[in-house]
Amino acid sequence: MLKVSGLNVYYGESHVIRDVAFDVAEGETVAIMGRNGMGKSTLLKSLIGMLPARSGEISLGGDLISGRPSFARVAAGMGFVPQGRMIFPYLTVEENILTGMENVVDKTVPAYVYDVFPVLAEMKTRRGGNLSGGQQQQLAIARALVSNPKVLILDEPTEGIQPSIIKDIAQALNRLKTDRGFSLVVSEQVLSFAVDVADRFLIIEKGEFVYEGPKETVDQARIHSYLTI
Amino acid sequence: MTFDVLAMQAFTGLSIFTILMLMALGLAIVFGLMGVINMAHGELMAMGAYCSYGAARFFENFAPSMMDYYVFVGILLAFVVTSAFGFLLERGLIRFLYKRPLDTLLATWGLSLVLQQVYRQFISSKEVEVPTVSWLQGAWQPTDGIALPLSRIFIVVLAIVTAAAVYWLLFRTRWGLRIRAVTQNRAMAGAAGINTARVDAYTFALGCGLAGIAGSSFTMLASTGPTTGQHYIVDTFIVVVFGGVESLLGTISSAFIIGQMQSWFEFELSGSMARASILLLVIVVLFFRPNGLFATKVRR
Repeated sequence: MLKVSGLNVYYGESHVIRDVAFDVAEGETVAIMGRNGMGKSTLLKSLIGMLPARSGEISLGGDLISGRPSFARVAAGMGFVPQGRMIFPYLTVEENILTGMENVVDKTVPAYVYDVFPVLAEMKTRRGGNLSGGQQQQLAIARALVSNPKVLILDEPTEGIQPSIIKDIAQALNRLKTDRGFSLVVSEQVLSFAVDVADRFLIIEKGEFVYEGPKETVDQARIHSYLTI
Repeated sequence: MTFDVLAMQAFTGLSIFTILMLMALGLAIVFGLMGVINMAHGELMAMGAYCSYGAARFFENFAPSMMDYYVFVGILLAFVVTSAFGFLLERGLIRFLYKRPLDTLLATWGLSLVLQQVYRQFISSKEVEVPTVSWLQGAWQPTDGIALPLSRIFIVVLAIVTAAAVYWLLFRTRWGLRIRAVTQNRAMAGAAGINTARVDAYTFALGCGLAGIAGSSFTMLASTGPTTGQHYIVDTFIVVVFGGVESLLGTISSAFIIGQMQSWFEFELSGSMARASILLLVIVVLFFRPNGLFATKVRR
């Protein structure tokens, strides 16, 4: 479904992502694990086009999307939930969700969104900026979902969120994946959350993948050793 | 103070309020929402005024029987011309400067000088005036002591209609949602699927078009010259900053407060003392509320 090859991304002069290549199959969930500063966010931001890639190809379902602006990548079937949520603080919860519906003909929030995230239905008319971190995370996921993505990208969804809500979000994601059939790319530092949602793990270190393994055979102790200093 | 004087003063305040509001609406969008410091905003108002002047001359020469209605043509023409100019300006200049506010300031200031010279060269170096249409001459006298000039009443109505239209566009339409999303977080709006470049261009064009409407209606109150824009721009920025950027309602309330203060202070003090005390008050308020009087509080 998603195919990335030879991707190089720079922050100014520093070479952050080095020749990265990976594939994501239809319906598959890939967790990209790594410590702070190893390039997780940079990689995901360059997938959606928030950061320009210096070289490399990104294709989605056979469509070459690298080089297109963000909105065109969303139209092609990418969904993005950034680190730190980045919901629109002055828009209401409902308006925040509606911003994700540019390419949908019927511009009303679909019922399954409030079904999976009931708290968003309660908070419909509140400003996004007045929600708690966990609620904002759910809102950011909902905003990306309503564009009906083929590949959903989640950047550190557990950052700054209390453990019970992390469990809820993992459950919601698994339910949405089976119901809606999208592939998922998630960057993560919390191993328990990644184990809950992912089919395959990729470890990133200094902008390169250093380990790859499916969930069944994964060596949790080894992954853990990459996450701790 | 008699009732008549009170009513007249209140109306003067209302009139100044609506004039300030018309001036500030466009800038509230361009500067308040988009964060573009457009020093040529005043010249865009002058451009709108010249559109009205052009419409008046056209009707005078080619359709004198329709002269009574040129006002509406003038306003429409002003909106179309200035928003088209704004669209080209955004595509050709402003969009390259979004992350460079100082360069924007210099570039648009340069543009304002260029426009002034263009007006001087190709229209007239002298002030031009438009004839007042017959149905806006004179005043409405509800009682013997009160006389409310019709042209000012027209501007009050025009300002209210314009503000309502802008409110409807921003808060009740899909376009408004796009504009608000892009102005709050341009990168994220793109990643949510919104074509940010197109929204930027249309938003800027809308702000410029509103400046055109303001300029066009001011021809009823004053004559228009190449430097007319310079007189408007300072007041306009004060209204937007005082009200709090990012808040349209703040801009409107700020225009109301400043308008009423101007009217009442001028009645009690001299004109320049009134302006000085208003500026002093604005400074004091901004000292305690740097984000303006009506900044919305949310977690970012």
